[in-house]
Amino acid sequence: MTNKTNTSIFSKIFKDTSIEEHLNVFPNKIGSHGYDAWGFNIKNIRNNMRFVKYLYENYFKVEVSGLENIPKEGRCLLIANHSGQLPFDGLLIGYALVTNPHGARVPKAMIERFLPSVPFIGNWLNSIGAVIGDPVNCERMLDNEEAIVVFPEGVRGSNKLYKHRYQLQRFGTGFMHLAMQHQAPIIPVGIVGMEETIRSYADIKPLAKILGMPVAPLVLPYIFPSKVYIHFGEPLYFKNDVYKDSDINIRVETVKKAIHNLVQIGLTDRNAYYATKK
Amino acid sequence: MEPKKKILVTGAAGALAKKVIEQLKKEYKIIAVDFRTKVDLGIPVESYKVDFNKRIFEDIFREHEFDGIIHLGRISAQELNRFTRYNANVTGTRKLLDLARKYNVPKVLVLSTYFVYGASAYNPSLLDELTPLKASELTMDLVDSVELENLCNIYLYKHPELNITILRPCNIAGPGVRNTFSKLLSEKRSPVLWGFSPLMQFIHIDDMRDAICLAFEKNIRGVYNIAPDDYISLQDAIKAAGAKTIPIPSIPPSLTESISKYLQWKSFPPYLINYFKYPVIIDGRLFAKTFGFKPKKSLQDIFTYYKSLK
Repeated sequence: MTNKTNTSIFSKIFKDTSIEEHLNVFPNKIGSHGYDAWGFNIKNIRNNMRFVKYLYENYFKVEVSGLENIPKEGRCLLIANHSGQLPFDGLLIGYALVTNPHGARVPKAMIERFLPSVPFIGNWLNSIGAVIGDPVNCERMLDNEEAIVVFPEGVRGSNKLYKHRYQLQRFGTGFMHLAMQHQAPIIPVGIVGMEETIRSYADIKPLAKILGMPVAPLVLPYIFPSKVYIHFGEPLYFKNDVYKDSDINIRVETVKKAIHNLVQIGLTDRNAYYATKK
Repeated sequence: MEPKKKILVTGAAGALAKKVIEQLKKEYKIIAVDFRTKVDLGIPVESYKVDFNKRIFEDIFREHEFDGIIHLGRISAQELNRFTRYNANVTGTRKLLDLARKYNVPKVLVLSTYFVYGASAYNPSLLDELTPLKASELTMDLVDSVELENLCNIYLYKHPELNITILRPCNIAGPGVRNTFSKLLSEKRSPVLWGFSPLMQFIHIDDMRDAICLAFEKNIRGVYNIAPDDYISLQDAIKAAGAKTIPIPSIPPSLTESISKYLQWKSFPPYLINYFKYPVIIDGRLFAKTFGFKPKKSLQDIFTYYKSLK
């Protein structure tokens, strides 16, 4: 029985070539060996998206709405709430963008600065479109007309305790400066369900200090198959006409409110906590 | 018939300098110098072995009225000790620039390297020419490269009459090139760091020769990165060149450094360990736009060459 299940998962991940159809209409600019300037690699994304497809369709059984709000082309920032300890939310948003029936986008995502120094993880993340969260990178990619996923809460959001689930943490303001300066529409994204996948009950600060990590969460060593809902909101446009931090903060709060509303819609509408077999 | 204009080319023993001399010798009278050896470049190229810090170096300037200098000579971090290298590279370059001023040389081209930016985990991609040079923060062995750049930058702005052009190329590769990363491509088994495969840029030596000649002849002073807009990870590049990889432990960093010091492989020097870990991707658009430069050789041309050697 076990063997049968393993074979089934294996074939679902490795023998599934349907993701190729989406990546055949690949929009990003890449070089002769499939790389772009940030380490993104077309061959790796093909292989990895098969795995993400399994997570998306079979494990988290993601339900998505509002895909029509994502511009088919041109620069945009997808601003989302961050949760679930590991960056699965980024992967799932990425898969939704790659397979968007209204027009495929290959997403870039801004990630924590310490990640490139972790062996294997750094290169792997780069190869699937994750880039260190330096404003220079974001500016260049917007100029390159790319779609960029940003989690302005950073580790404050992804590594918060389970008891604080669905409470949006403080947003950084960098994304708003970039959106205004580069005239990029902001697509608010609300994700529900990731909070329940890995639950942190405490942050062991002394251990974090020893490991040189931002946090050391106390978690159960299991990823719960929580059902995930992703809502893409309508684009928000901001003119480059305010300069004071207080004014920028008001705009950031507008985006935060939009994400809050999408999360609340997800929480109200969700009809299953666990992605059990249909 | 007007006499040919005269150019001083330093580092004449290097593969790149030889190519540049070959290209320019029809148009110009070339005087070639090298710190290490007297290079036989055939008639009509005059060649000298000379230490820039010795008085005799000035005799070459007295004898020839130079119309330009192409300064490619550099003692790499694997040659000689740090002190001698600093003297030759930094103090020697200062001497060269002072002589250029004294003898009214109207244009000077200096070859630098992308190493000066430093390989750091926090580097954004596509570093432009205004990015701070942080290599000396990582290793003392690159201090002379950074200092040489800073010196040239001071002269560039303080003495505009020298019309200094500083070129910072990505990895140069191809026939005759002996730098660390071209060595990695040419070996049958090349060391890599376990779990790290930084993104890299390579330019073929023929394209680099063309870039130098173009920048020298057009002479628009300033600092320019030179790199094609094509990228490949280090491990993929090694494989594409037909080599196998030898993974070296990457954690803890002190172990990696000890292994590198113990092995003393020229293709895995301790001072470049960070360049085996983190990418230093430079933006070559300013040079391409200013000088109308487009590399002719592709990455595949470079790897095909190295593959053919095996």
